[in-house]
Amino acid sequence: MKKEIKCGEFLESLSDYVDGVLGDSLCKEIETHMADCGDCRIVVDTLKKTIYLYHETSVKAEIPLDVRGRLFSRLDLDDFIEKGNSTQKDVTF
Amino acid sequence: MSEGNQQELSLQLLKSGDRAEIARLVDRHSTNIYRVALKMLANSQDAEDVLQNTFLKAIQALPRFEGRSSLSTWLYRIAVNEALTTIRRRKPEIQLASKVDDDEDNELLLTQFSDWCCIPESELMSSEAQNHLDKAIQQLSEKLRVVFILRDIEKLSVRETSETLNLTESTVKTRLLRARLRLREELSAYYGERLEKEKI
Repeated sequence: MKKEIKCGEFLESLSDYVDGVLGDSLCKEIETHMADCGDCRIVVDTLKKTIYLYHETSVKAEIPLDVRGRLFSRLDLDDFIEKGNSTQKDVTF
Repeated sequence: MSEGNQQELSLQLLKSGDRAEIARLVDRHSTNIYRVALKMLANSQDAEDVLQNTFLKAIQALPRFEGRSSLSTWLYRIAVNEALTTIRRRKPEIQLASKVDDDEDNELLLTQFSDWCCIPESELMSSEAQNHLDKAIQQLSEKLRVVFILRDIEKLSVRETSETLNLTESTVKTRLLRARLRLREELSAYYGERLEKEKI
């Protein structure tokens, strides 16, 4: 009889699972387990969402124009500063 | 960015000190380097210093660049080292605050099980939520934080992250899992509380 995977047993494989690089066999075991385990399903869904949110909220922004300008000046590349897009969203923290 | 900026950079021109090519290199990578520095340091002045020092050092070292890693990985490595140096220069008490999760052998704990995926994206990404995301990432030790930033924000592969940080792929995976789970816990507590308030 096939041994059923328990909550916590797949924690170490969680990153590989959400990255889609886990082997088929373990992947199937996790999905079988999640079909009957609401908590584990929530952990996987919210983990994926966490990664998505950090990426999405970070990568849309461009370097602020003043920071870019000072960088080009510091590198003696002033003559290569092009006019940027004034409607851009700046990288913020 | 100019249209021609997405053309392949010429390593030969870069190594020979061609200023137009160096300007293209800077333009192509400055947003990513600034973002990494800002996420690492949470301080725009420090991040700008790291940005400038990264490119100053890179331009100086370009003639010796051997191309064993990509230019992008190489720049990330310089930037991360600059950011870590800045962190070490800061007052000891700031570093002590993040010592708690330095131990990679700590047991992985899951305590939050609220399903907040149903919250509309506009609320998940509100400025208040964004502040919480920023605070949560700062609570990670720099060891975990840098791996999460490179892998999940910059989307470097595990191999590229390991090359950038001079770590084994296994260590990168271990730290990444811990960082991800800790951030998930933090976000689940925050968004879970919002869900509870909405019920009331």
